[in-house]
Amino acid sequence: MTDPILETRNLSKEFKGFSAVSDLNLRVERGHIHALIGPNGAGKTTVFNLLTKFLTPTTGTILFNGIDITREQPADIALRGVIRSFQISAVFPGLSPLENVRLALQRATRTSYQFWKSERCLDRLEDRAMELLESVGLGELSGGISGELAYGRKRALELATTLALEPELMLLDEPTQGMGAEDVDRIAALVKKAAAGRTILMVEHNLKVVETLADRITVLQRGAILAEGSYAAVSQDPRVLEAYMGGAHA
Amino acid sequence: MNRFLWLALIALGLAAPFVVYPVFMMKLLCFALFAMAFNLLLGYTGLLSFGHAAFFGGASYVTGYLVKTSGLTPELGVLGGTLFAALLGYLVGSLAIRRQGIYFAMVTLALAQIVYFVALKATFTGGEDGLQGIPRGLLFGLIDLNRHYTVGGGPLGLNLYYFIFVLFCLGFWIIHRTIHSPFGQVLKAIRENEPRAISLGYKVERFKLMAFVLSSALAGMAGSMKSLVFQLASLTDVSWHTSGEVVLMTLLGGVGTVLGPLAGAFTVVTLQSKLSSVGPWITVIIGGIFVICVLVFRRGFVGELGRLLRRPL
Ligand SMILES: Nc1ncnc2c1ncn2[C@@H]1O[C@H](COP(=O)(O)OP(=O)(O)O)[C@@H](O)[C@H]1O
Ligand SMILES: [Mg+2]
Repeated sequence: MTDPILETRNLSKEFKGFSAVSDLNLRVERGHIHALIGPNGAGKTTVFNLLTKFLTPTTGTILFNGIDITREQPADIALRGVIRSFQISAVFPGLSPLENVRLALQRATRTSYQFWKSERCLDRLEDRAMELLESVGLGELSGGISGELAYGRKRALELATTLALEPELMLLDEPTQGMGAEDVDRIAALVKKAAAGRTILMVEHNLKVVETLADRITVLQRGAILAEGSYAAVSQDPRVLEAYMGGAHA
Repeated sequence: MNRFLWLALIALGLAAPFVVYPVFMMKLLCFALFAMAFNLLLGYTGLLSFGHAAFFGGASYVTGYLVKTSGLTPELGVLGGTLFAALLGYLVGSLAIRRQGIYFAMVTLALAQIVYFVALKATFTGGEDGLQGIPRGLLFGLIDLNRHYTVGGGPLGLNLYYFIFVLFCLGFWIIHRTIHSPFGQVLKAIRENEPRAISLGYKVERFKLMAFVLSSALAGMAGSMKSLVFQLASLTDVSWHTSGEVVLMTLLGGVGTVLGPLAGAFTVVTLQSKLSSVGPWITVIIGGIFVICVLVFRRGFVGELGRLLRRPL
């Protein structure tokens, strides 16, 4: 009775003999918010880079909707509906928030190679772009310079840009990292809202966020799965308590 | 940029030959277009080509050959040179864009040196002598580009000047349009954050290649224009000095600004003609000025001005 949207089989990545991810068999159920947690250096970001082909796996297979995407280019994987965010916030800093979101909307149009047309033909995307910006609380700031936004707002902009592509599977790398409590709650609520009708795989350090959002959790340690299951199950697992949550959560 | 500034620039361009020596003005227009084409790549895509003389010079040879040996009319000569540069740009670009940063620059330089070598050794290029005495011919088979008009002080080659000016405006318009097109938006995204552009599903290598082809075609058009103005296509046009000069002009004026390359080309061409009596020391003097300008105006003249006015120029 399972319907995995994403599966990896024996996925491994070595950096010059150092094994960052080893024999990973990950399954993400369609419709879930799936959290990937683990100590720093466990290989979480590397897994994201492998899934989106920003890094080439040393061995193993990646299946998206049952299709082997292991050999595809990063842009092709994005075109399939797998959109990632980055641990270090990824906006187009010199452009306005409106332009950031519009660039995502533009991709679905056929205009992107048209150098002879005026960019005014993109104006019709602006209503939708504003809607998305308002949904993440950036409506007022749509015309500024994205690079000058506060950190939490950049992450919100990144989320709006990602959502503009209507991804089937969204990969979020530490969306609440480095944020104050207020911003964390806002982003968590946004992720929850964004999860309607899609699947989210997220790396998250804030266990409160994980507890409220995640349907399923995979704990990674030194590139391998240490434990897997619901928050209740994982948080009671003695290996996890020892290796990761340890004193901090006891 | 506002309409008034545009109209003022066009008026200036139209009136210029009555005030300034037309050949000087035309040289300026050729190099300004060359620098703007280069800036399309460096300023709006973030790619530093160190081989752009191959397109500028290559096209100037092709135009010279077409007009002199095949007897084509000048506008077809320019078209031929431009198409040749676009094709060459496609070849060089395909090989270079897989490399990043300094490696990209080195590949473009290496390939441009091959073009230089061909220009030196081939027979149709005239070797060390280059192609001399390239005829300007009849535009569309009708208008004599050599015709001079007696105005005030002396004879003025207005037909040629306005032909060059119209080509310059056409090139400028194409560049301006490209920058402010849906395609230009994607180029800016790539310049700003390439991994993010990829993660949104843009195949950045295709965009870079297309920008490269556009840039080399327009650099070629500038070279074709130059060969008609000076009636000469020479090894200097394809040499790495010329590749370096266009980098210099663009940096002086301001990378990623519309008017920067124009101002940079104006500065360098003016200095070259004012200081031509100094002889070989000219290189040192221009080099010195360049160092000072880079230290004082880090964004180039126009870049700094734009910052003062808090608006893109
Ligand atoms: N490009 C790389 N080259 C070499 N080592 C890397 C590279 N990327 C990550 N690593 C190493 O792989 C391990 C896992 O890193 P990462 O995936 O970033 O961990 P996490 O996101 O879980 O904190 C770390 O030890 C890191 O130093
Ligand atoms: Mg990480």
